[in-house]
Amino acid sequence: MARNVNFDLNHPLMEAGLESPVDEEGVHDSFNQLIAEQSQNGGISDGYELQQLQRELDEEGRDDVAYLSSPVREFRGRNKGRRDVEWEEDERQTDPLIAERWSSATLRILSSMPSRTIGRSRGAIISQYYNRTMQLRRRRQSRPSIKDFSRSARPSIRGYGMEADEADGEDTEVSKRERLVNNLQNLSVTDRIRMLRAMPLSVAEKNELRRLALQKEKQTLSGSKLPCCSRLKYYIIIAVRQSWYSWLSFLHSLQLWQMPLKRVSGRFGTGVLSYFIFLKTLLYFNLFLFLVTGAFLVLPQAVHPPMLPAERRPFSGLELLTGAGCFSDSVMYYGYYSNDTLHKSCKDDGAVQNDSVSNSTGHDCVSKRLSYKMSLAYFFTIGMAFFITCIILVYSMSKSFGQSFRIDKSHSILAMKAFCSWDFKVIKKTSVKLMSENICTQLKELLAEVNHKRVKNTVGQKLCRLMVHGLAWTICIVSTAACVTGIYFFSDYMHQNLQQSSRSVNQDPLLNEASLLALPVLVSLINLLLPGLFNLAAWMEDYESPSVRTYVAISRNLMLKVSVLGVLCYHWLGRVAADPNSIGLKCWESFVGQELYRFLLMDFIFTLLDTLFGEFLWGLFSEKVLRRRRKPAFDIARNVLELIYGQTLAWLGVLFTPLLPAVQILKLLLLFYIKMSSVMMNCQAPRKPYRVSQMTTIFITLLCFPSFLGASVCVTYTMWSIKPSVSCGPFRGLQTMFQAGKLWVQEMEKHDPKLSVVARAHSYLVEHPLFLFVGAGIFLIVIYFYSQVVDGQRKIISLLQEQIENEGEDKKFLITKLQSIHEQKRTPARRLTSQDSTC
Amino acid sequence: MGTTASQLGKDLLSEYQELTFLTKQEILLAHKRFSELLSKDERNLPNTRVSMERILTLPELKSNPFRERICHVFSTSDQKNGSLSFEDFLDLLSAFSDSATLEIKSHYAFRIFDFDDDGTLDCGDLEKLVNCLTGETDDTRLTTDEMRQLINNILEESDIDKDGTVNLSEFQHVISRSPDFVSSFKIVL
Repeated sequence: MARNVNFDLNHPLMEAGLESPVDEEGVHDSFNQLIAEQSQNGGISDGYELQQLQRELDEEGRDDVAYLSSPVREFRGRNKGRRDVEWEEDERQTDPLIAERWSSATLRILSSMPSRTIGRSRGAIISQYYNRTMQLRRRRQSRPSIKDFSRSARPSIRGYGMEADEADGEDTEVSKRERLVNNLQNLSVTDRIRMLRAMPLSVAEKNELRRLALQKEKQTLSGSKLPCCSRLKYYIIIAVRQSWYSWLSFLHSLQLWQMPLKRVSGRFGTGVLSYFIFLKTLLYFNLFLFLVTGAFLVLPQAVHPPMLPAERRPFSGLELLTGAGCFSDSVMYYGYYSNDTLHKSCKDDGAVQNDSVSNSTGHDCVSKRLSYKMSLAYFFTIGMAFFITCIILVYSMSKSFGQSFRIDKSHSILAMKAFCSWDFKVIKKTSVKLMSENICTQLKELLAEVNHKRVKNTVGQKLCRLMVHGLAWTICIVSTAACVTGIYFFSDYMHQNLQQSSRSVNQDPLLNEASLLALPVLVSLINLLLPGLFNLAAWMEDYESPSVRTYVAISRNLMLKVSVLGVLCYHWLGRVAADPNSIGLKCWESFVGQELYRFLLMDFIFTLLDTLFGEFLWGLFSEKVLRRRRKPAFDIARNVLELIYGQTLAWLGVLFTPLLPAVQILKLLLLFYIKMSSVMMNCQAPRKPYRVSQMTTIFITLLCFPSFLGASVCVTYTMWSIKPSVSCGPFRGLQTMFQAGKLWVQEMEKHDPKLSVVARAHSYLVEHPLFLFVGAGIFLIVIYFYSQVVDGQRKIISLLQEQIENEGEDKKFLITKLQSIHEQKRTPARRLTSQDSTC
Repeated sequence: MGTTASQLGKDLLSEYQELTFLTKQEILLAHKRFSELLSKDERNLPNTRVSMERILTLPELKSNPFRERICHVFSTSDQKNGSLSFEDFLDLLSAFSDSATLEIKSHYAFRIFDFDDDGTLDCGDLEKLVNCLTGETDDTRLTTDEMRQLINNILEESDIDKDGTVNLSEFQHVISRSPDFVSSFKIVL
């Protein structure tokens, strides 16, 4: 009878899903039988439910089922004024079971189907929880209790009496409840409480169940108390859970900037919000970096200041901009750090001892001395900081990938938005209104995106578009290339300038310092102006989909920033570091650190200027002079790219300027408030709002891939193959920074031959490329396996979905059958009246 | 249960604590807030109910567009007038509390969204739901065309067995994929 469902029931997943296939079959059989018997005997046999329904129908007439069809009628009635034929057709399509106007008996059966009663009927809930307690019991006790299994306990048609049903319904409900109580008392105390709590029943009913369960328990287990330890366990669990919840709520209250973020999201939607959340993430990254370098490098060195050259340059104010001058001999830069070993006796455990994680204190302590080797600490701190940052980045990237790319590829975004988007916590009237507006724009944008897929262009239009896109890309690429070449030659010119000035002695030092600012200013200017050109190109292209427009803008900006940073890195590591003496530098690392500080600061200042002129004054201008009604929209892509650019600078500079994360933290904090107020004052919610589901993923990926990876490649290159300055810094006298670790291992081996294994392991792990290849290979294999597993899951999901759809077809088929039987049975006169009353 | 609303016995308190997701403090706070809604002589009567109008004066529910549905769902009144007894009130708070499970939250969310109480979300329910979400003012309201499209899309996405309505399991299936639902389906007294 049922359509042959083409699916392998012996699949392990399927077996896990169906608890007892026999029972399931029984239900189906009874249903089939029911219909068959009905058609043969005209309803005289024991097709119980149908009979029952029929009787009730005859008694009560059709009035009490009116509520089943009433929603549809009401819905139609309200739309009567504006509805059109298309609308009605559509509705019939989506609502096939109701729209075909069943007889009331069929409707009645429809309404008592398990899928519909479960959300409404108490009996259904009780039997659902009966099954669940059963499962729990079986799991806990592993004692099979087949006698407790009864067909009627399963969610079958037989089991679901409606609440309004007469004695029979109540009867089954009572027996079900008894069984549930029976199960409940067989559970342990904690399980029972958890079960009772999780039941979607009212307190009174739950109390009744609890009372019954306790009563029976008292009868059966009269006198036998709960074991003391389980009660203790229960209390401990309760206490731990309570403290966990309070801890969680405490953590929740600690979240930074909750209110401003909520305000922004209420006014501008998720797009602009994602920018600020990204900013917050960056802030946490820098906080971590700052804590690590602060604790392991800056603090120990500040406690033990090295011998300084006596002359200190006076503070002139320009230092704040250039980072040079009196700052250059401070704890801020690489050059200040000594290559000494800081000594402390074992008893005197100050901050230093706690900090020495990287070089184990064990055997040093034996000689009653505790040493803190600055070079080692420097090496390992930077290495560990990068390593941990990398892990966090990869983790958050994978998490956000997992959230935005689902396996099953079903796009239930609209349904999710409709069902889950209301925030019940919001109680302020204005915020409620904001949220309504927000949800409305989001729904509209989702609908626009769905519609967008259906638009088709002609070939000519496509060709035209393609040409426009090509032109825009050419403009962007050519201008980027021109700017990068300009930076290349300008930096070369500045370098030669420095070389000359280092030879001639009689020059104004202040002017010299100020000239250092030229390169950062130029780069920041390019960074500020070129995105404007890109925007112009994008305006020319006129993208339909806002998300495509964003992606294009992101890729163009990324291209610019990556190439600019590439040239700068070449300038620092290739020109300055290769021949530091030619420009009269004693400590090229400090110089590069200063350069990075200047770039970071200039970037911030130009962002401020952009905010002031680009957003505030332009907004005023367009409002007052051009008489435009609309304020400009917030350019998320550009702003995020600027953040990523700044972060790359910070990561590049950590090696040379351990305190650069602190500067970056300050910058981000200020930026948050400035951008927030600028957005609130000058910007308007985007007119074409777009979905930003994958935006965060893309931001994090960009942060990880070009930004972090590039920075760490540069830092690693510096550590591995560039000779550090001879006269300053913790690595003076070494060929490369990397040698610090190597020397340490060798030294350790000398002290204690037992540790030679460590040395060998170190040389194998770090120096051989084989290990790297093996690691990468394993990584790739793991990724391959995962992708295979995901692929398999996808296949299974699609098969299961197919099966569910088939089941739905079956349901429809059965109901049509039922209806036709019903129709046959009726006298023509009755049919007339029934149609009158239902339609 | 002969609960006089004026005081809460210790046994009753622990009983409520066992049956709901609320802590003792929360129950006591709920009791305080609930008795504030009652007049003086009503406080001494057992099992008094507070009418829906008075419940809705609570600032936590005042501007919620689903406020009336919430009352109706949690009310155990025979007259179906949405009035709440103290236990119903506790039920409400328990379902909306921090520690309530996703399942119980999604169950009650389903019943709140099921405007006609027929056990499934059909077109009418969905239209009302969307109207509640977007607000009743003209500028935020979706047009007829948009509404039709939206409802069709929602059904297309979530109605797995294609019977034209969203039932509880289908609803829970959608909800289970939204990580934010648990945190947004909350009311804090």
